[in-house]
This record gives sequence, structure tokens and C-alpha cells, in this order.
Amino acid sequence: MPTVIVDVVLKPEILDPQGQAIVGALGRLGIEGVTAVRQGKHFELDVEEHVEDETIAKLSQTLLANPVIEDFSIRR
Amino acid sequence: MKRHDKSGIDLSHLDTVKKAKKSPEQVQPYAELGLAEDEYARVREILGRRPTSSELAIYSVMWSEHCSYKSSKVHLRQFGEKAPKTDVLLVGMGENAGVVDVGDGWAVTFKIESHNHPSYVEPHQGAATGVGGIVRDILTMGARPVAVLDSLRFGPANAPDTARVLPGVVSGISHYGNCLGLPNIGGEVVFDSSYIGNPLVNALCVGVLPAAGIKLAKADGPGNLVVLFGARTGGDGIGGASVLASATFDDDGDGGEKKAKRPAVQVGDPFTEKVLIECCLEIFAADLVVGIQDLGAAGLSCATTELAAAGTGGMLVELDKAPLRDATLSPEEVLMSESQERMMAVVTPANLDKFLSICDKWDVPATVIGTVTDTGRLQMTWHGEQIVDLPPRTAAHDGPVYQRPIERPIDQDALVEHDGAALRRPQTGEELKATLLTLVASPNLADKSWVTNQYDRYVRGNTVLAQPQDSGMLRISDDTLRGVALATDGNGRYTRLDPYVGAQLSLAEAYRNVATSGARPIAVTNCLNFGSPEDPAVMWQFSEAVRGLADACLELGVPVTGGNVSFYNQTGSTPILPTPVIGVLGVIDDVTRRTPAEFNSDGSLVYLLGDTTDEFGGSEWMNTVHGFLGGRPPKVDLARERLLADVLINASRDGLIDSAHDLSDGGLAQALVESSLLGEHGVRIVLPEGTDPFVCLFSESAGRAIVSVPRTEEIRFTDMCIARGLPVQRIGVVDVLGGAIEVQGQFTLSLRELRQAWSKTLPDLFE
Amino acid sequence: MTVRVGVVTFPGSLDDADALRAVRLGGAEAVSLWHKDPYLYDVEAVILPGGFSYGDYLRCGAIARFAPVMSSIIDGARDGMPVLGICNGFQVLCESHLLPGALMRNAQRKFICRDQRLRIENSHTAWTADYDQNQELVVPLKNGEGSYVADEQTLDMLESQGRVVARYMGGNPNGSQRDIAGITNEMGNVVGLMPHPEHAVESLTGPGTDGLGFFRSVVTQWTARVSA
Repeated sequence: MPTVIVDVVLKPEILDPQGQAIVGALGRLGIEGVTAVRQGKHFELDVEEHVEDETIAKLSQTLLANPVIEDFSIRR
Repeated sequence: MKRHDKSGIDLSHLDTVKKAKKSPEQVQPYAELGLAEDEYARVREILGRRPTSSELAIYSVMWSEHCSYKSSKVHLRQFGEKAPKTDVLLVGMGENAGVVDVGDGWAVTFKIESHNHPSYVEPHQGAATGVGGIVRDILTMGARPVAVLDSLRFGPANAPDTARVLPGVVSGISHYGNCLGLPNIGGEVVFDSSYIGNPLVNALCVGVLPAAGIKLAKADGPGNLVVLFGARTGGDGIGGASVLASATFDDDGDGGEKKAKRPAVQVGDPFTEKVLIECCLEIFAADLVVGIQDLGAAGLSCATTELAAAGTGGMLVELDKAPLRDATLSPEEVLMSESQERMMAVVTPANLDKFLSICDKWDVPATVIGTVTDTGRLQMTWHGEQIVDLPPRTAAHDGPVYQRPIERPIDQDALVEHDGAALRRPQTGEELKATLLTLVASPNLADKSWVTNQYDRYVRGNTVLAQPQDSGMLRISDDTLRGVALATDGNGRYTRLDPYVGAQLSLAEAYRNVATSGARPIAVTNCLNFGSPEDPAVMWQFSEAVRGLADACLELGVPVTGGNVSFYNQTGSTPILPTPVIGVLGVIDDVTRRTPAEFNSDGSLVYLLGDTTDEFGGSEWMNTVHGFLGGRPPKVDLARERLLADVLINASRDGLIDSAHDLSDGGLAQALVESSLLGEHGVRIVLPEGTDPFVCLFSESAGRAIVSVPRTEEIRFTDMCIARGLPVQRIGVVDVLGGAIEVQGQFTLSLRELRQAWSKTLPDLFE
Repeated sequence: MTVRVGVVTFPGSLDDADALRAVRLGGAEAVSLWHKDPYLYDVEAVILPGGFSYGDYLRCGAIARFAPVMSSIIDGARDGMPVLGICNGFQVLCESHLLPGALMRNAQRKFICRDQRLRIENSHTAWTADYDQNQELVVPLKNGEGSYVADEQTLDMLESQGRVVARYMGGNPNGSQRDIAGITNEMGNVVGLMPHPEHAVESLTGPGTDGLGFFRSVVTQWTARVSA
């Protein structure tokens, strides 16, 4: 069965304190050169052949992501 | 030849009873599972053959220190032997939790338990699953869990590992407790170098139930069904079981790979537990269970053996029916799994449908996995093959009992002799002021809001008092004014100096805390945190502490209803300070009469109750200012504690006092600071004539409290104290305008300066 | 006879019992509504209580929003039925698009429980009619995901239309934009509030009784309508 990947990230204008905390932690680990981190979600869906792109887009928009604050991208 | 059952499962590697009978010479990894040679021999003797690997798994977990109490049993007996007579005890030690009658048809169940080692390994999940576990112990008694408290101990506050462990532990307790909808109403946070590498996370849960609705863990009634419900079983916490997966006769290379996949730490899901709680309570209300047990340490091994042992003694389990998260688990792994949020109930066939429909309503998976029998044996099959056939009592109750060697530590006398009498003491007012500021800012005495603000204290709407009050107090339900109060206290330093007295002082402090808020102490739970029982010096500490505790419970009239022992808290050969943590439960008839700890009434008179002498052994002053531990702990006078408690309870009930706060760590000075800052009311103090100000302010003599008394009640209050023989000394007056703690002739410290010092310590360290 | 106010219980709801109590103390009849049941049992107002519905899986309120009871509530809300979402309830209202914006993790990334000062900035909604304009309250706040966010346009609209119902005072406890503690929809019948008024209804167990007004408002308004 094919797998569809949906990645959800916060919109660029939304403040991401978790991402900021991760940058801080990287610094404490002595790792240099990582200037920004945005934290998001990665969904892996086992999808039957007949399910259309439109359906995936709809479920991504109404459930997997909150369009008020999140963007999503779909990969087959 | 591969043997398959009907569904194509490969059973050729399965270690069955039949196989065990035929291969007595089979070498088994009992040592890796923690069984001693003689224990393994005993298992063979009990069964009359070698155990199957599933039976070996069961005995190894059930006879572990954690489950069998083999090193502590002989000492813990004293709690029963010396138990004071009381007519409020409905369920005593030996069940999942003790239950006391609180009147009006209500009963309360409570218990404290440790989850120390997992919290070092994975602080958030270790602490979270600690909360989850104790909550299930309360639930399984038939009660709705209504609050939690937690007693936490970490290494030095500024140690790097403390920065790793503390925030994780707090977030774990916060997340799990808050998601369950349980207010966190009290506890402690203590720092000491001895806990680095061995943090202590002791979680207490209290629950409320109708006195007639107590549920017990027994499998009665042959023909009744055994139902496993809650979360699916996965590979949580089965690090040890991987040894069985790679047993010698099964050595086809799979073992190593499987080993790598097994998580050592249990992961909790509070949402699953919340729906489990609601589901169980509906089941209890409909009276649908004959017996019920939660799955905690040793999971299915424990639940099946204990339920069977307590009932008719017979049970047949089809282990493969247990719903799994991971289909590759072997039966040994299923038996050792410590997956969270699972319960096991015994249900009559007539009630099964109703039981399952309630589970369905809450979307809680529930599966019949066995039946109660009258064979007197616990038998289990795996896809039709018998893999377990043992007498359940032998696993659950007749485990090994050790008489560990006891030896007073060789350094004990020297420790007590070097009492720090020569340590430099502050003399002038300025020096006393500086000392006070140093102490209030020290991590043990500083404001703990950074921690406690992460806990929901309001949920359920029945919290009447919460930290930093002396006790956590709850209204039992909306339609009554009756309440319960709880406090948890321990003191590792006192206990190190004198385990007998130190344990008694810990109990006395929790007892005093409950009484200070106006509730009458009625029962005790304890969590005994010690080093290795294989160390005779540690066993001396343990035996002395238990003896002290049992004697004190008898004298104070409060029985131990249950608790927990945590051994092996040590790194290398250095044990932690011996740390018995005591939880005391009290009852108050009318919660509106409770006494707060803060000064709240301008002009009311401040009285010191009890006797103060020069006692600094194990004190915060010696520890913080001089980094010193030595001498004797303060004297314990249990008759005085009883008297003090009586006076405080009566004064509370009769409305004679505006506030009360007990004295403990940091002495009088700390109590004054706390009462002032909490209430934003300053105080003007005049220390008693002819006393040493340093001793007055910082000694940690026990059996003391400060109260603020309205002028209108002054005579009545002092008359009562005098009539009852309780020393009562006026030391000052509450003064809101002054906005300071003024110790006449010595120093004045503004509340602002005090608050500044007191409240920045923890945020500076952990924010 | 008094107004019937429903309180929904989702799996994981925690302050539902407290909301039921507050409804009773406010003078209304409290009706428990089960998430799977779309029937509203003739209630005239609904409260979505605090808690961790569905364990906050995916996002707070993201799954609760699709419960059978919610379709009836959304229909009712569009028809003017008063709906109050407290904390997790506020999250459900935003996920349902009955209110604009979203609630995110607290800026300080820790759960916070504190007695919070608030100012009521709209005393004309169905739930705040019992308060005076700009009245200050102290109400417990307890959340891990309480930071209100919305784009600038939405925030400006809320302000200009007077749809900020409550604002944090004495410091922002969770990073909410514009210190917003609660908002309402255009009609003024749907209100989302982060702090918990149901925990400020008895001085015995809370910081005071400042929260009672939320629960009295629906009773007062109903009484007025009924006697008119």
C-alpha cells in the first residue's frame, strides 16, 4: 500500500518557542552554525490506491494541520 | 521440526511445562534474572521440576526485592505487631492501599510509593509513571483518586545533573497529574549531595470512596472470568526479560536483535489512565467486579499471582489473549511487561456484558483472558500449550525472607561525637540578619513556586489548602464540610545521625503539619528510601528507622496502613542518607474552620508554643552555613507532639487562632519568614528575656509551632495552653504597616528584601 | 424553573464537574452532555469545559471538535445559542472555527497555575452581562497551551469590534498576543476564555467568587427574556 507523507510546520510568522529552545540546547551542546529551528509534525499515512489527492489535501487541511497557524506539504 | 498451531504461529521455540518435565538438565539464566542459586533451587523444589522460562520469569520478578520485600519483611512486621488500636481502620497493610473510615459513610484510601531509579534514567517518564502507578493503586481499592502530593529529593541544586533531572521530574509529575485532573496539594523539594545519582521521587495519592464500596484484589468464584483491560501490552520495562529471549536453547541469533528493541523505561499516557479511571468508577458504581487489581511492577505476573493467591487459589489464563502493542513479544516478555494503564478484574459471567459495554462507552480495550478455577494452581497457556503451572501463593506471598546482617556503622559514634559545637555562630544583629538571608535563599528553604506553579491545584474544586500551607486539605465532597488533610515529610540528615530518632522526627513533623492546619491525624503511610540491603550498615539504619517509626506510631496512636520500600539507592558503595518519607492523613469535621499558615490579621499576637533548646545537629544552619553534618538530631518528645496537636486542633475548631505554622527546618526564623511572606503581613518580634538570639531563631527543637491570636481570644487561648501544660510564650505582634520582620534589638528585614532573596533561588537555577 | 445549561464531557475533560457545580451555584439547572450523543436535551446554553480532551492528541481540541455533540452545538451557536468555551473548551471553539485564532503552547513552555488578574472588556456578551465594563477579577489560570495567536488583521478586527472579552492584567502569563485572555464572536453569544471562572465560585476553594458572574449572566438574561 502506498505511503503518503504529510509534513506540518508552523507558519513563518508564528512564534515557535519550542524551536527557539532547541536552538539554545544545540548551543549548549557545543554545536555551532545552526541559527534557527522550526518544530513541526510528520505524518505517514498508508493510503489505498483509489484515494485521490483532493481527499488527502482535505484531510490535511481539516484535521492534520490547523490552517490558522500551520502550513502543510504532501508527498507521495 | 517446526511445530505450528492452527493459525500458523511457530511454537517450536516455546518452553512448555511438557518440555520442562523432559529437560531437567536445561541450564537456565536465573542469575541474570536476579534469582540467587538457593532461590532457583527452591523454585525447582516447589514445582517438582525445572521451571519453564515463563515460570522463571514470574518467580524472578515476584521474588525481586521490589515485589517481595524480602529484605524488609522481617522488620516491617513491627508495623502490624505494634499497631495502635483504632476503630477507623477498614483495610490495613497488605492490600494495595490502606483505607480509613472518615465518617458520614465515607472512607479514604491513601498511599505513598517511590519511582526513584526510573526517574534518574528518564526523569519525565520516570516521575510520570510513578504518579500513574500510585493513582492506580488507589483506584483499585474502589476509590476515585482525588489528589496527589509528591516528595522529591535531588542532588545539590547547582549540580549539572540536577539541572537535567529536576525539570524533567517536575514536568513529568505536572503533565501526568494535571492530565488526570488531580490537584497537587503538597509535598517537598529537598536538595542534598547524597542524592546525586539517586534522586528520590515519592508520590502519594489519596482517594475517596463510600465506606461500603471497598474493592479487594482477590479472584473468587470458580467459573468467574478474568478480564484484562486498559492499554495494550508492549515491551515497556522488560530489560531483564531479554535474557530469556536469548535463552541458550533458543539461540538462533534473534535474541540479540530483539534485545536492542526493548525499551528499559515505561512510558505513560495519562489520557488512557483518565478514561480508565472514569470507566472503573462506573464499573464500581454498578457493582460489577468480584475482585480487581492494577498492573504495576511485574505487570501480569503480579496481577495473576496475587489475584489467584488471595482468592480460591486457582486461575487459568490464556496468555496469548492479552491484547498486544507488539506482536513479536514472547510469553516471557508479556509476563514481565510493565506497560502502564492496565487493570485486571474478576467478573461473573452474568455481569460480563455490562462490564464490557461500560469499557466500550469509554473506548477502553477489554479482553477476557482467563477464568477462576478451583485447582489451587495458576495455569497459563500460550496458543494452547501449557507454559505455566504453579501454586500462586508461592510466587505472591511465600517468597524468600532474608535476615540481612546488621551492623552499626563504624563511623556512627564519631559522627555523633563531632557535634559542631565549635562552629562559629553569628553574634551580632547584623550577623543574625545575614544568616537569615543566607538561609532563606538556600535551596532547601527557598520558595518552591517555580516547581509548584506547574501543578494544577484547583481541579475538582475541593482544594481547601495547598502548598505552601502546612498540609494539603480537601473537602471530601460538595455536600459535606468534612475534609481530609495530608502532609509528607522526611529528614535524611536527622536519620543519618540517629535513624531511630530521625524516623520518629519525620513522623512527628508530618503529624504536626496535619494538626497545625486543624485536622486530627488518623493514619500513616511511609516510603522508606535506603541504600543497599546487602550493606550491614544500611540494614542497621533501616531496622532502627522502622523500629523508631513503629514505636512512634503506637505512641501517637496512628497506624501504618501501607507504604513502600525502596532499596539500592546508592552509587557504588555510597548509600544515600537514610530517608524515610512519612505521609500522615488527618480528618477535619469542618473545613471552613481550617487554620492557614500565614499571618493575616494586623495586631494579632504571635505566640511560640513548645520548648526551645540548643539543638543544631542535622540543622539547616549547620548544613548551609558550615557544610557540616554531625552531632545528635533534636530530641523527640511524642507526648509533647500529641499535646501540641491537641491544642492546635482545639484552637482551630474553636476559632481561637488566626494562623498557625509549625517549626521545622530553619527553626523559628524560617517559620516567621514563611508566615510573613505568605500573608504579606510583617511582624514585630521580641525574643524571650535571657535567651540566646541565635538559638531562639535557628535551633530546630521539635514539638513547636507559632500561632497568631486575636486579642479577643488571647486569654482563652493562653489559659487553655497553661491548663494543658503546653509552654506558651508571647513573642510578638503582627504588623502589616511595618512591612518587615523586626527582631527587637537585633535587626529589621523588610518583606521586600526577604521576598527577593527567598524567591529568586529556584528560578535562577532552573529557569 | 430556570435556564438549562449543558456541560459537555469529552474523554479527558477534567473541569466538567466543576463547571456543572458553577452552573448550579449561578442559579441555572446543570445538564451533563455526553460527547457521543448529538442530542442537546433542550439546554439553552452550553459550556465546553477545561481539561485534556483526547489527551491533547494532534492538537488541543482538534479531535473533540469532531464529536457528534459538536455538530449540534455548532448549529445552535450559529442560531445564537450561548456557548462558553473554557480553556480546552476555548481550544475546541477555535478548532471549530466558531472563534478566530488559535491557542498554542505557553511561551515559557511550562504549565502555569496561578491566580490571575483579568479585566472584563466586553460586558455585553451572553456570558459577561453580569459584569461591569472594565471590572477587574481574580480567576485561576491553569494551562500549558494557553497562548492566544492570530494574524495582525484578525487581532485588529477583534479590538476594533470590541470582541476582546477579557485581558490579562499584571503581566502576561502565557505569551498570548495583546494579552488576550478571552474573545467573543460577532454575535456575542460564543465566548472563549482561557482562565477558569468555575474555580472562582466559592471562597472556600478558590481565590474568591469573581467567576460567578459568567454563570449568572445566562440566568439573568434568560430570566429577563422569560419575564418580558
